[in-house]
This record gives sequence, structure tokens and C-alpha cells, in this order.
Amino acid sequence: MTTMTRLLPHPILSLTLTGLWLLLVNSITPGQIVLGLLLGWMIPLLTLRFWPEVVTIRKPFTLLRYVGLLLWDIIVANFTVARLILGDLDRLKPIFIQLPLSLTSDLAISLLASSITLTPGTVSAKLSEDRRYLLVHALNEADPDTLIATIKQRYERPLQEIFE
Amino acid sequence: MLEYLLSFLILTGAIFTFIGSLGLLRLRDFYMRLHGPTKATTLGVGSLLIASAVFFSNHDAGISLHEILITLFLFITAPVSAHLLAKAALHLNLHSFAKMPVKSIKEKERSSSDAIDVKH
Repeated sequence: MTTMTRLLPHPILSLTLTGLWLLLVNSITPGQIVLGLLLGWMIPLLTLRFWPEVVTIRKPFTLLRYVGLLLWDIIVANFTVARLILGDLDRLKPIFIQLPLSLTSDLAISLLASSITLTPGTVSAKLSEDRRYLLVHALNEADPDTLIATIKQRYERPLQEIFE
Repeated sequence: MLEYLLSFLILTGAIFTFIGSLGLLRLRDFYMRLHGPTKATTLGVGSLLIASAVFFSNHDAGISLHEILITLFLFITAPVSAHLLAKAALHLNLHSFAKMPVKSIKEKERSSSDAIDVKH
């Protein structure tokens, strides 16, 4: 097990890199697959110090559902923000909220922060130093408590199920 | 038929990209302006890339998948750059129409180490 983890410290990262390589060269000839696997094996080894945590995906289907939900929310977000930009700017109520985090792993927190930025009217602005709060700027939100509850329920919970 | 689909995608892309840029111009403070390019453009660039993928898949032999990669990289990098911009703005104490929730976060972190959290 230890030799295994030393030789292949991040299997998921390796697979992702191989997939990325095949997309980059846009062909799936055997030679490219071997080259992709080689890159997928070597890059994580060479960049080991960047990845202190081992990523585990506990629930792949929840992850798929999360990606689907996120894509849908991104489309909705585009329309929402477009309407706000074209509408009456004086009626916008921008607000900063402090989102208490239940997540602890680096990857999960950064995914949550990215999801928040990509979805309707919110941009994550700063992670507090103790990593327990995320400062979020909302473009137009009358009710901060509902927003916090929505983010926690819609994005944070699935991420927690998947990664922690 | 394909032409109509492509035209629709390209027009949608152009419109959303334009609205995103318009947001930069119209919105009133830095933090609000951040919302324009991070969101309205994802769908804009997304539609343009889908149009490109559809066109080249029909034009040349084989399916064109580079666009998926571009989309992926865009979706990874856009939030990160927005986050860094917001962080820099907080650090510089730029004027904001939105109120801080509690004074603590900004004030406390001003006094201690700033700018970049080095954890590892």
C-alpha cells in the first residue's frame, strides 16, 4: 500500500491529466494514450509538494449531479446578472455576507468558493484566516440569511458529502 | 439548418459578452463590476465555443474537442481571478456600496498578515 501510494500518490489527478492530454492532442491513438498515462503518472510525482492532501471522491454520482446542478445554475446566473446589469442600477442592493464554513479540506473550500463566484449574483471575496468564514459579495440581495441558507444547502452540503 | 443553429449560438454569445462588458461600464463600484465579467461572459464565451465545436466537427473530419478544454479552463480560472481581484480590492480598502457584515474580518486581517494566506 505504501509503495503504491508512493508510486501513484494521486490516482484521480493522474487520470484527469491523462484525459486532459487526450483532449489536448484531440486523438486517441495508442501512442497518445501511453504518452498521456506517462504524463499523468509523472506530473503528480514532480509536483507532489503542491498536493498535500489526497483527494478522495466518496460519492461519484453526487459529484455528477453537482456538476449538472452547477451548469444549470451558471446559465441561470447569466440571465439574472444580465437582467440586473440592464435594469435600474439604483435599485440594486449590494451586500457583503459572511458565510460560516462547515467544510475543512482545501479542495472542497476552493470548489465552494468557485461555485459561489460562478452562480447567481455572488462573488466570493475572501477566506478568513482561520478558514471558518468566507466573505461573499452579493450583487442584489435583500435577505442575507436566506442567501447563506441557500448556499449552504445547495452547494456546501453536496461538496461535503463528496469530499469529506 | 446548421447555419441557423450556428448563427443563433454566435449571436447569443456576442450578446452576453456585450452585456458582461456593459456591466463593467455601468455598475457603480468595484465589487459590483466584478459580477459582470465573471458571469455574463461565461455563457457568452460558452455559446461561442459550442458554435466553434459544432462548426469544426462538421467541417473537418472527426469531432473537435478543444473547445471543451477551453470551457473547462475558463470555468476554473474565471472564479480564481475574480477572487484575487476582490481580495486585492479589500486589501486596498476600495470604496464599496455594500456594507461589511462585521468589522472583524477586514480590520483583524489588516493588522495581522495581509494579502496572501500561506498555509502550507
